Parts: sequence; structure tokens; C-alpha cells
Amino acid sequence: MKQNDIMNRLQQMTDENIADIERAKSEGRSVIGFYCLYSPTEMAVAADAIPLTLCGTRNDPIAAAEEILPRNLCPLIKSSFGFAVTDTCPFFRFSDIIIADTTCDGKKKMFELLSRYKATHVLQLPQNQDPETALPLWRAELARYKTIIEEKTGVAITQDGLRGAIHLMNRERAARKALMDVNQLNPAPLPGSRLLEILFKVGFLADKEKGISLMEEIAAIAGNGGLGATTIDRKSGKRILLTGVPVGVGSDKVVKIVEQAGGAVVAFENCSGYKQAFTVDTEKDPMDALAEQYLSTPCSVMSPNTGRFDLLKEMIRDFSADGVIDLTWQACHTYNVEAFSIDEFIRDTFGLPTLHLETDYAESDTEQLRVRIEAYLEML
Amino acid sequence: MTGYYAGYYAGIDIGSRTIELVVIDEEGGIVQSLQADTGFDPIREARRLMNGVSCHQMMATGYGRNLFELSFDAPTVTEIKAHARGARAFFPDAHTVLDIGGQDSKAIALFADGRVKRFEMNDRCAAGTGKFLEIMARTLGYEIEAFGGEALNAKRDLTVSSMCTVFAESEVTSLIAKGEDRREIARGLHISVIRRAAGMINRVSGEGGIVFTGGVAKNPCMVELLKERLSREVLVPEDPQHVGALGAALLAMEAA
Repeated sequence: MKQNDIMNRLQQMTDENIADIERAKSEGRSVIGFYCLYSPTEMAVAADAIPLTLCGTRNDPIAAAEEILPRNLCPLIKSSFGFAVTDTCPFFRFSDIIIADTTCDGKKKMFELLSRYKATHVLQLPQNQDPETALPLWRAELARYKTIIEEKTGVAITQDGLRGAIHLMNRERAARKALMDVNQLNPAPLPGSRLLEILFKVGFLADKEKGISLMEEIAAIAGNGGLGATTIDRKSGKRILLTGVPVGVGSDKVVKIVEQAGGAVVAFENCSGYKQAFTVDTEKDPMDALAEQYLSTPCSVMSPNTGRFDLLKEMIRDFSADGVIDLTWQACHTYNVEAFSIDEFIRDTFGLPTLHLETDYAESDTEQLRVRIEAYLEML
Repeated sequence: MTGYYAGYYAGIDIGSRTIELVVIDEEGGIVQSLQADTGFDPIREARRLMNGVSCHQMMATGYGRNLFELSFDAPTVTEIKAHARGARAFFPDAHTVLDIGGQDSKAIALFADGRVKRFEMNDRCAAGTGKFLEIMARTLGYEIEAFGGEALNAKRDLTVSSMCTVFAESEVTSLIAKGEDRREIARGLHISVIRRAAGMINRVSGEGGIVFTGGVAKNPCMVELLKERLSREVLVPEDPQHVGALGAALLAMEAA
């Protein structure tokens, strides 16, 4: 199967997705919208509801968002809010309730405003991952979240329901991980922009089984060399690991510039990529297991955020990265500040320089970014 | 290119404000050094500049490099690497380079062998660049060539806090309205640019001499203030605007 065939099938699934959701809704199933990786989607699955990722990676609705939100705010927050207020995200429209988290300051204040447009429940996320102090708070927060989902959907969430949900979501995460791990091969079979598009589009699918089978299939073919090596080798062929803020279709300009400059983005250490490659423990009590696993997500909103350093160390080695680009969305203070420590850590551990970029979704700085990225590839 | 001279190499630096072309012989000696305003059609200007120039191989750098690559099928290199290489041609031991051009500024640290170790650049706006100084000079009624000299003659430091070109212009207007001395305002503006440049340098390298390149290095007040602020030696090549083009020419020669 060629990459084009795969992309055609994915496009077909994307086209069918809206009909799939409409059908499910007409059968009485609820739809729960999610913004952040900290919210366990298992809770929705256990209540026989459909978990949907919400839009927030395009520049288009930002102008509308800026009529209400300050301009000097991260584009991810503005885009998410803009999609909601302009009613241009079908998944937002379908959602019966939105689940959000108190991650960064910009988001939690934005959610206050968002609740004027749609029922929104905000999980009180602790600011660190301490098992003695933070975990019990988070565990209690998940219990409250469970009640809210039960009330909204009218479905009682059972232990067995949760176990089944964890099993399904573990399978999906395993398929995502297997797909991303294909690029541990050298040369990497999947160009970063292609991998990103697959992960992004599969993330919106209501029918989890469709996404799982497609990702498993691509991983198997690519792993056997069926996709052929990436054609990117024009100038440097350097293997780049992208870390930092999430990227999706519409906010992938850095990935594209790296590829145009002849580099290969082989992996994504962010919440749209490898931060999702975890497994929830199936031996423990499901609520305890969910609390533990989700709280350990290594996002810069945590202080300290040691997990990100461990994950980067593992990924730089496993993906044989030649360089690391650390991407920060403008006004994302937590990733911006953490960039200093990340650079220091990667220099000290691997002797590699990193490139820290701060930008937004607009294209206006493309040429400035290109100089930095090309110069970085020249350095490696 | 009208002829073929086996031993000659050229570098062209297509910047936001000016284009420089440097031709070198096989020893790296400068044979020809030209300059033109970029204008609105950089390729036409580049073509005009190259009329009558002969070389074996050339390399392009600067913002117009990719456009040039398409039109002339010449390899490209970023300004970062080109300035690093060019600075070394003048000062073989250089390990820190500050380049302030028309619309961007960059600080570059080099390894002992001359390779780029790390770099910092200004973000998307023209704050702290040649363009900023040019607009401020005009606001104060100075020719850009005289701006630095006048600022050097100021009796005291005056603080201009805005770095954004638009805001700084309003700040300057209000300082003029308050009756502040024109030269002191000029000096304040220079200080604000240097404060930013010094921050960039400190992020990439903590000690040793600094090679100052780009058009802004021709401004004597900038050179003085940089020395003062960092207590480090500041070295300005003979022709700081041509350093990028020279670096590109040398890289063309070394790649051949």
C-alpha cells in the first residue's frame, strides 16, 4: 500500500466521521469534548459516550477570539476559543459537555468565558505530581468528574465499564505509539508532516476501532519497509526531534520549514505526539490507575516537570536524533521558561545544541524562522 | 556573469536593505567588492550588480538567498554561517560575532575551529536593528551617517524605554516636545539598541572579543557603547557590511 492510498483511506474515514457522530447521537449516545491530555477520556468511553478532541490548531478563528480575549495570549487558547465562538468546529457543536483542566493561567481563565457558550466542567489539576499531596487531590477530582459524566449521560459508570474503557484506550495509545516508533528506523519511513497529519486526523475519529486498525496497518507496512524511505535528503537529512507545545494541521509551519530545509522531523515530544504513548495500569483499581497515569503527564504546567527530561532522554536515544527543536507558542510562559533548562539538559547529556523557537500560528515570520532553522541544520 | 575565471569565487548577500557582492581569488583575497540598494526587486538588482563580474563558483546568503538560488542555480548558506566565516577571515581567532543589519540582529558564538556553536536572533519585528536607527535618525532630523557621531557628543545618557519602532517614535516625539537635547535623545536610542544586543551576546558567549559586523557596525556610537556595556574588546572589520558576502564567497571556494 502506498502512502497515497493510506491518506485516501484516512480522508474517507474523516469524511465518514461526521455521519458516524450524528448516527451515534441519534441513537442516544452523548458526546464529550476534550481539550487537554490531562482529562481521562476513559470516563466518557465508560459511560458509552463518544470522546472527541476539539479544534484549536488553526489561525482562522483567532481574529474573532481577539474580540474578547487579549491579543497577547497563546494562539492555541485563542484558536480554541475562536472556533467555539464562531461555531466552526463541528466537534464543539456536537459536544454535550466540554471537559477542561486548570493547566495554565490563560486556559483556565478562557474556560470561564467558554462556559457561556457550552456546558464546561473544569478539572482542578494540581501543579505538581507529588504522590502524597497532589495525587489524592487529583483522585478526588476524578471522582467528581465521574459523577458529572454520569449525570450528563444518564449512564452509571461501573468498574467493569472503566476496565473496558482503559483496555480500548490503551489499545489506541499502543497503536499511536507503534506508528510513531516506526520512525526509529533510519532513514525514517514517515515524513514528520505526514505522521503529524495521520495522528491529528485519527485523533478526531469517533469510531476508535477505525483509527486503531489504520494506525496498526501503517505501522506494520512501514516497519517492513513498505513505505520506502522518506524522500527528504536534499540538504542535510538531519533527524530532528520536535519538543514543546502541541502541533496539528494548521499549526505545523515549523515542521514544514524543517522539511523544506532538508531536515527530517522524526518524532514529536509533545502532547499531540509521544506524551500520548502511555499505558494505564490494568492491575490496579481503575480510578486509582487513571489518576496516577494521567497526573504523570510531563507538561510544563507541572512544577517541577522532571518527566519531560526523562522522556526526552529516552526519545533522543531511541529516535537517534541529531538535533532538538523546542517550540513555544507565543505567550506560553511555562514552555518558554522551561526552554532554558531543556537546552542546558540536552547540551549536558548529549552534547547537542537545541533550537528554541517562539512563534504563533500566523505565517508572517516564516522567513525569520527559515533562517534560524537552516542555520541550525548547518550547525549539526 | 560574463566570463569564466577559474580561480575566482563570489558571494552575494541579499539583505533587506542592501545587496553586497564580493569576489575573491583562490587565496581568498578580495578582488572586487560591490553594493546596491535591495529595492523592491532584489533579483533585478542582483543581476545588475553581477553584470561584468566573473567567477568560477558563487554562493548566496541573506533573506533573498532562496530567490537567488531559483534564479541563478547557486547554492545557499544562511547569514549566520556566512557572517561567522567572514568574521574569521578578518580576525582568525574570533569566537563571538554580533551582526546588526537592516532588519535583523544576531549574536553568534563559534567553536575554536570556526564552526557555529550557538546563535541568537531578534524576533520578527525590526526592534534593535538598522531599520530602527534609520527611522529614529529621520525623526530627529539627522542623516543616518551622522547619527552615531552626534549621539557620541551627547553630554548625558537619556533613557528611551520603547524598543518597538512605532512606540519609540512616539516617545521621541514627546521627548522633543519636552525640550530635551536632540543629541541626548539620539544617545538614549543607541543605548536601548545596545542593551538588547548585549543581552543576545551574553546568552551565547560570556567573554572575549566581539567582531561587530553589518551596517550598524559603521556607527561609532554603537561601537563605543558596546565596549562600555560589556567591558569587552569590540573589533570592527574594515568593511563590516561586506562580511556576509565575503563569508559566502569563502564558503563557495571551500566547497569547490
